[in-house]
Formats: sequence, C-alpha cells, structure tokens
Amino acid sequence: MSSRSSSVVRSVLPPAFFGVAFVAVWELVVKGFNLKPYFLAPPSKIWQKFTENFDLVWGAAKVSGANALIGLLLGAIFGMAMSFVLSRFKFLNNLITPLAIALNAIPIFVLVAVLNNMFAITSEVPRRVMVTLVVYFIVLVNVAKGLTQVSPTHVELMKSYAASDTEILRKVRIPNAVPYLFTALKISAPASVITAFVSEYFGGSQNGLGSRITSNIANSKNAVAWAYVLGACLLGLTFYVISSLLEGVATPGGRAKRTREGR
Amino acid sequence: MSAVEITNISKAFNLGSSNQVDALTDINLSIASGEFVSLIGPSGCGKSTLLRLIANLIEPTSGNLVVNGKSAKQARLDQDYGMAFQQSGLFEWRTVAKNIELPLELKGWDKAKRQERALEMLELVKLSDFANHYPWQLSGGMQQRVAIARALAVHPSLLLMDEPFGALDEMTREHMQSELLSICRASGTTVVFVTHSIPEAVYLSNRVVVMSPRPGRVTEIVDVSIEGERNDATRDNAAFFKGITAVREALRGVEMSDHVRGIEDR
Repeated sequence: MSSRSSSVVRSVLPPAFFGVAFVAVWELVVKGFNLKPYFLAPPSKIWQKFTENFDLVWGAAKVSGANALIGLLLGAIFGMAMSFVLSRFKFLNNLITPLAIALNAIPIFVLVAVLNNMFAITSEVPRRVMVTLVVYFIVLVNVAKGLTQVSPTHVELMKSYAASDTEILRKVRIPNAVPYLFTALKISAPASVITAFVSEYFGGSQNGLGSRITSNIANSKNAVAWAYVLGACLLGLTFYVISSLLEGVATPGGRAKRTREGR
Repeated sequence: MSAVEITNISKAFNLGSSNQVDALTDINLSIASGEFVSLIGPSGCGKSTLLRLIANLIEPTSGNLVVNGKSAKQARLDQDYGMAFQQSGLFEWRTVAKNIELPLELKGWDKAKRQERALEMLELVKLSDFANHYPWQLSGGMQQRVAIARALAVHPSLLLMDEPFGALDEMTREHMQSELLSICRASGTTVVFVTHSIPEAVYLSNRVVVMSPRPGRVTEIVDVSIEGERNDATRDNAAFFKGITAVREALRGVEMSDHVRGIEDR
C-alpha cells in the first residue's frame, strides 16, 4: 500500500501546491497593486465573507444543489431508459438521433425562459427540467454507445454458447455500458450544477447560488459574490468527486482497466 | 463416427446482389472423432467462413452439415463445441474464473459446480494462481490460455479455433501449440484449427486442408504422418519438414497471381 499512498501524494501534491501558489499570488497582486475591492477582492476577504455568511451560502447551495441533484437523477434515469429503447429498436435510433442533435443545437438556456412562463414564478420545476434535459442527452448518447458498441468476438462467443438476445443484453451489453454510464455521470455531475446556477439567471425565486451571485454583484458586494462563487465551486466539486467515487465502486478493476485497455 | 461431416457446402454473401461474394463452393470434408485438422490458405479463401459454418454462427447457402451426428444448429444449441478466436475475447469486467464460468452459467449449472469446473480448467492451463485476476492483468499468452480453458469448460468433444495463436510471439506460440496438443491428447477432443502458419498447421495436425480463394474451395488435403507423440523435438524431425514441404507445394498450386499472400512461411 505504501507505493499507492506515495502515488496519491505525487498526484495530489503538485496541484495542491499550484492552488496555494495561485491564491498567494492573487492576494499579493491585489495588495501590491492596491486594487479596488469592486475590481477584484483579495482571497482573504473572500474567505472572511465566506465564513461570515456561511449559513446563507450553505442555504443557497442546498437550493441549487437540490435542483442539480434532482435533475441529474431524472436525466440519468430517462437517458438510460431511452438508450435501452434506442439500442433495441434500430429504426428509432435513426428517427430520434437527428431530432436529439437538433434539440441540442438550440441555445439550451433560452428554454428556461420558456419554461419559466409555464410554471408559477416561485417554482423550482423549470430549473430542474433544464438540468434533466442537459443530463438526459449526455447519458443517452454515452449509454447507447456502450450498449451497441460491443466487441463482435463477444457476440459471436455468446451465440456459440446458444445465448438468447436477453442473455446477451444482460451479460454483454449492460456490463459493457457501465463504464460509459459513469463517464456520462462524471461529465453530467458538474454540468448539472452549472445548469442549475445559470437557470437561476432567468428569473424565479432568488434563493440559489446563481441568483445570489448576480444580486450581490448588482449591489457591488463583490467579496460576498465571490464567497458564493466559492460555494458554487465546492458544490460542483462535490458532485464530481461523488460521481468519481461511485465509478470506482461500480467498475471492478476500476481506473487501471481503462489505461490498459489498448492491449 | 465422424465429428464433422461437410457435404457439398456452399456459402455466398450478398446472394443475388451485384456484389455477391462466393466465399465457399462445393466443400466436402469429413473430420473423424479425435482428429486434429487445420484449415490453411491465403486471405479470402473462406477458411474462417468454413469454421463459422461448422459453429452455426452463419448458415450455408446450400449443402449439408452434420456435427456430432446432428444438425449444426442443434450442436450449437447443445453446446457440443467450444470456440476460441484470435482475440481472446475475455470479458474485461469478469475475473479469469468468472470468464471460464460463463458458458456454464448459460448452461444453467449451479454455482458450486461452476466454480469447481473453473478451477479444474485453470489447473489444466496452469493458471490456478490467477483465478481472481482480471484479464488485463494477464499477458497476451495467458489471456489466450484462459480463452482456451473457457472453450474447454463444457468438456466439448469438438474445439473450433480461429487463429488462436495468431497474435502471440513465436516463443509463446510454440509453447501454446505443445500445450494445446497435450490437452487434446488427454481429453480426446476433435479440433478444427484455422491458421496462417504452415509450421503451426503441420506440427498440430493429422491432416492439413489447403484452401484457395475466389471462389473458396479445398484444393488439397495433406496427410501429416509423424511417428509417436509430438513434442518440441518434433520440430527438428524429418517427417515434420516433409509435411511443411508438402503443404507449401500445395499452397504454391494455389493461384499464382497472388500466391501465398497472407501466409507466414515460418
């Protein structure tokens, strides 16, 4: 295990050092050039505001986080369900894929404005629907690929074992799609948080991290806005780390497999 | 009883369309039980197609095919044969033991019986220590041994192999050939073996079926008569070289325009 812990140190230490150095330079630049607080707040000030307003940041993070999480789960479920349908019925694939691409080409956030009109002004539903849509496409495309792009040798082998289509689905296609699902979730997790924030810019309740950032900037409370940005970063990171950990648990052989797959 | 009986088999792909390919025409071949038969020939001669027909992975256009005294389809449904490919085709999300258990799972064996058989097969290919490893943790030669163990897991009377050692280096390859022979000797398994390599075909086989392309057909069947048990010393045997010469001559007769393309003459 010592070699493993040393490799953790090697992979964690450089970015950690870089991060600390970056914050230090930021602080020094702001102090050294005497930058005005409305231009750029120093990290020390941001941290102070973050701790002072922690309860508010936490409350806002819970609202945005809940929207992101609900959208993420719904999007993943719908995406997976649809990918099964598409991989089963090839003709539907030809029918739906162009439609999906076309829908994806719409600057997707304009949909929030449309959705806001459909629901009550204080409703969180439009934001959740927005996140669901974004995640849905990511999961659909990736999982469908995992279900269909199986090794021809595997399929021939299964046929030689007199396996039925259902058995091929269970023992080849689904296990083959698992890494694709987690790749999709790792992309979706931060995307869902970002979508939840940005959705808040289009009106509705002023209760999430996104709307707090805009309202504090509007009030020239730059350092406080930055404190919310820090909260947003941490929320996105949390989502990513959790999806990453889930991947390690769910795929035997985990990460090493992917790097050795070439052989 | 013959293990495989092929009568007037033809196979055309894209039948009736402008790009129809006659992969095989009028193949007749009888493979006796316990025999080791190699199919050799240049690319496009239909040797892999013939193997897939025996395996019932594809259907012939015309002709009759009997495997183990029944139709090829019934033989497949009964899992009468085991199959191995050039790519080991191991499932990377399954451990080595679980890979070997897969055909048994599909046969509906219970867990204890499956595990027992998997261990037995691992012993046979000398990989007992690797039961719980994942395929990517093994070398190419070891992966191929697992694939062979998996093909033999149901104790099939017939083994169909499509260039199983094609991707291995020469040393591993020769070693694997000897191991395969001793496994088949012990179990009395009939083998149909597709290869590109003349020495490999001669070393392993009782008979080498030489095929030619466009349309795929059998041009000659070379009997290899090497006295006694085959082992590494066989490779220096005069009879071995005689066999190699005979197969090479037969292949020379195969369409000089693109003769022996795809044949490794080593």
